[in-house]
Amino acid sequence: MNTRAILAIARKDLKVAIQNKGVVLPIIILPLVLFVILPWIMAYASSFTETTGASNDIGELLARMPAGLLHELSGFAPNQQLIVFSLVYMLAPMFLIMPLMVSSVLAADSFAGEKERKTLEALLYTPITDQELFAAKLLGSWTTALAVTLLSFIVYAVMVNAAGWQSIGRIFFPNWMWIALVVWVTPAVAGLGLVVMVFASARAQGFQDAYQTGGLVVLPVIALMVGQVSGVMYFSLSVVMIVGLAIWLIDAVLLWFASKSFRRSQLMTKF
Amino acid sequence: MVSPVIQTSSLTRHFGEIKAVDQLTLEVQAGEIFGFLGHNGAGKTTTVRLLNGVIEATSGEARVLGLNPQTQGSALRARTGVLTETPSLDERLTARDNLSIYADLYNFPRADVSARVHFLLTEFELAERADEKVAGYSKGMKQRLALARALLHKPEVLFLDEPTSGLDPVAARHVNDLVEHLARREGCTVFLCTHNLVEAQKLCDRVAVMEHGHLVALGTPSDLTRQYVKRLDVDLEVDPTQIELVLQIVQGLPQLVSGPPKQKKDMLTLTLSGRKAIPELLHILVQKGLHVYRLAPQEANLEEVYFALHGNTQ
Repeated sequence: MNTRAILAIARKDLKVAIQNKGVVLPIIILPLVLFVILPWIMAYASSFTETTGASNDIGELLARMPAGLLHELSGFAPNQQLIVFSLVYMLAPMFLIMPLMVSSVLAADSFAGEKERKTLEALLYTPITDQELFAAKLLGSWTTALAVTLLSFIVYAVMVNAAGWQSIGRIFFPNWMWIALVVWVTPAVAGLGLVVMVFASARAQGFQDAYQTGGLVVLPVIALMVGQVSGVMYFSLSVVMIVGLAIWLIDAVLLWFASKSFRRSQLMTKF
Repeated sequence: MVSPVIQTSSLTRHFGEIKAVDQLTLEVQAGEIFGFLGHNGAGKTTTVRLLNGVIEATSGEARVLGLNPQTQGSALRARTGVLTETPSLDERLTARDNLSIYADLYNFPRADVSARVHFLLTEFELAERADEKVAGYSKGMKQRLALARALLHKPEVLFLDEPTSGLDPVAARHVNDLVEHLARREGCTVFLCTHNLVEAQKLCDRVAVMEHGHLVALGTPSDLTRQYVKRLDVDLEVDPTQIELVLQIVQGLPQLVSGPPKQKKDMLTLTLSGRKAIPELLHILVQKGLHVYRLAPQEANLEEVYFALHGNTQ
């Protein structure tokens, strides 16, 4: 493997991507909304329900939750449970949108964007092999998605503890489930966003086209969120580990197919 | 005996029903400027892609620098440089970035990258705007930068796909001078795809003419003009008082002179049936007592060859 060439392409893709507003804006706005503004709104809403007597409704909501979740919340006072439930458990599936969105938006710029800008042909005339080019294209988007996600997690941890401090009075975030989510699941989800975008880019005419088509990959994450809120399931440590394993397996299969189709001769016509 | 730098044997590439390149057999020698002529869609770009191992051949064989493009593509591309038809530059990056990235891709010695990039930017008159984004460059500047990128790793074979397309005459001349310098002074073999016949005539040692994926002619420009342009225009200057007489005489020589003569002041232009008609015509005119001051054949050019071939293949 020519690591120098791989790193050069990964660096180039990032350098080009960060000059595209369509790439940068969602990467800034999404974590700002989800991980800075939302924790404060939810913490405020939780304390608001206490003062307005809406706690009965919340009690009904929590009562519908699986027994495992109720057990994990049992260590908190009733007025703290809604804050912990909303900030620790309800937002956990939503956190997965972050690596998915970052990796897919970067991959769309890297693959479909390259086609749109007509810059791929010159790359194909260099000594880099098909495997190296594929690795380079994935590496830049994947590592950036992980870095942005990790940063978002740190920001979120600070925001959650700060927002809940008045009610809980101690650091309650992250728990082991969240650490597993960040370490085990987010790299897999970032990989999923990437490989889906590789397929979407092969058929798309440009960045926007690919991003819209590949955006459908967010649907499973939304299904997880609905499942969590409706009480069908909740993100326990074991669920997170299983979800992560399933996504890694899907990644491996999709990656195998994507690498097979990522050949120079096909890129010339498809990309 | 030195083996050719580029060698193809019945090289063929189909895209579905379309035969983009069909049974192409040719050789290009080291240091040669080889013109590859043809209309859009004649198979020029596909051939360049095949010769660099970027696409696979349907059948046939190719060797470039002794390497098989299909199985040794990476090693081969490290020794060739390609200027694609569109500059294919990252316009959001600066010229310096564009070159530096490709230096890494070609594994150019790290310690020498900065100096090489600076040299090329200076050589191509881009140094003053080296740190500006390429998006703001003119078409000529982009083409020069793309050419600099193709030369970055000092390739042994340079493939140029329409290098002067869309350039103004000054920029086109600059590119042509550079191509000539690379081949004549530095021994680089140049495979020049073009439909600019004047450029090909001026630069190329030999040319191949492609038509719908087929090789229809191959040789030096002068060989091809001799082979394919049967008719020959000559300028005839005689005593001005004898012009009417000349017109009468040539009208009676349909086996030598085809079509009506064109007259411009005291000069006549005659279209002869070929080079062999020249001494015969001269002999007849002198025999008739005419004072012939000048009888000069106009050299046929590749343009005439091209249209002669184009007519043949229609």
